[in-house]
Amino acid sequence: MSLAELQSGFIASLRTPSAAAPESLAAPAGMRPNRRFNVYRNNVVVSLIEALRSSFPVVERLVGEEFFKATARAYIDHEPPRSPLMFQYGETFGSFLDAFPPAASVPYLGDVARLEFARLTAYHAQDRAAIALTHLSTLPPEQLGGAEFQLHPSLTLLTSRWPVFSLWAASSEQQSAQDVNLDTGEDVIVIRPEYDVDVRCLPSGGYGFLRALQGGASLGEAAEQATQTTENFNLAHHLEGLFGLGAVCAVELRNSKQ
Amino acid sequence: MDTPAKTSSAVPPRAGVGLKAAHYTPILEQHPDIGWFEIHAENYMGAGGPPHRYLEAIRRDYPLSLHGVGLSIGADKPLDQDHLIRLKRLNERYQPGLFSEHLAWSTHDEFFFNDLLPVPYTQEALARCADHIDQVQETLGRQMLLENPSTYVTFEDSSMSEIEFLRSLSERTGCGLLLDVNNVFVSATNHGYSPEDYLDAFPIERVGEIHLGGHARDQDDAGAPLLIDAHDRAVADPVWMLYARVIGRSGNLPTLIEWDNELPSWQELFAEAQAADAILLQDPPEQQHVAR
Repeated sequence: MSLAELQSGFIASLRTPSAAAPESLAAPAGMRPNRRFNVYRNNVVVSLIEALRSSFPVVERLVGEEFFKATARAYIDHEPPRSPLMFQYGETFGSFLDAFPPAASVPYLGDVARLEFARLTAYHAQDRAAIALTHLSTLPPEQLGGAEFQLHPSLTLLTSRWPVFSLWAASSEQQSAQDVNLDTGEDVIVIRPEYDVDVRCLPSGGYGFLRALQGGASLGEAAEQATQTTENFNLAHHLEGLFGLGAVCAVELRNSKQ
Repeated sequence: MDTPAKTSSAVPPRAGVGLKAAHYTPILEQHPDIGWFEIHAENYMGAGGPPHRYLEAIRRDYPLSLHGVGLSIGADKPLDQDHLIRLKRLNERYQPGLFSEHLAWSTHDEFFFNDLLPVPYTQEALARCADHIDQVQETLGRQMLLENPSTYVTFEDSSMSEIEFLRSLSERTGCGLLLDVNNVFVSATNHGYSPEDYLDAFPIERVGEIHLGGHARDQDDAGAPLLIDAHDRAVADPVWMLYARVIGRSGNLPTLIEWDNELPSWQELFAEAQAADAILLQDPPEQQHVAR
């Protein structure tokens, strides 16, 4: 048997829990080594469940250990990792949960998973120094409207029809998520300016404003959009919050760009 | 960007431990008297963040060993070029004194199976592994150490012993070997041979590092003991005995305590390293061994 055939057969058995041990294996004492082979099957699944548990602790707390394990198993079967970097595994866990029928009674689970994955991504993201709000006062005021912001590489924005921040915060502080009022959605910013990952609920209008900046809109364009869609949009207040989080790394003036 | 390391790269022939995020703070606060640390390369392949900051701080004070768990040297398919480049960058950034990987495979088609799967000891697998090791050593510009596996099954097609396979690979590629004494005990128990005979036959002159770890117990299909390489507890007594036997033969070698699951406190892990040091320090220094 060629090495290619042997490894294909090994993996085919590995991925089929009901399958017998592959034919390529020696049979000590004349017995098919099913239990022995099962050590590999078990190692793969258990180590991946553990990887998901450590990346999605709040999802686990929300649904309980047993349900989480069963869900993780289904996800692993559906979407095995494609990279040896375990901290990148689970990018699609949120969308899997959205469509996972047994989790239909917990419809916000996918958004909580996306928030947790954003935290993990922020933790491992490129480091970059942030600038202070006072930097803006050094720029010619008439050019500020055309300024483009370079946001921190660790930053992720999330919008949810569920109170995803409150659910996450209640569960990560070991409180019960039962008391969270599910009627209102929440927008979230996830960022790691230094050592610690920061998760904050965005004030009204903040998500659209930041998405516009992130997409390359100038400060003036982003503020104009926000003013049209959000009542009483307070630009100074939003800028203070944004710089306070260490979310801005550079400001480029359009007409000074080479 | 990179802070120059203050400490020499060379990993001393003393005990070290696997570095875990849970232990960053006690290590930096207590500055323990320990020879070196080993990292799992894949945990430091992110672009930035706390893992790199802590590792830089620890690297300033201690030598480092880089241990890959995801290269899949035993796979039939070509090595993942991107992964190889990530290893090369880590190697350049942290200048580890040792670099090691496993005689195992973990990738198939586009998927990564997060375990060390067994390699058949055939001429075809030997040639494939040798090509992969050549490629690794050329890309990284350094010698690598190849670790003997713990296995639960053997293959009908295997035509040579594990030791013959490892020795041939080392001779063909010039790679050194990493001798995991717990893996020897686990495999010997699982396949019914003598761990002492295996160790006595092992090409000890090619060994540059030793691993010690804990194992779990299960049963095979016939109800016989089946040991699992779990890295979730202290090193077992018979493994300490085998270790002392190896050191008696080889002289002092860098020795790692591996404890990856059910993590102990820093104090408990440090005590395991001190137990290994106690065995190492019985050796007169002139017997110290250099891998070649």
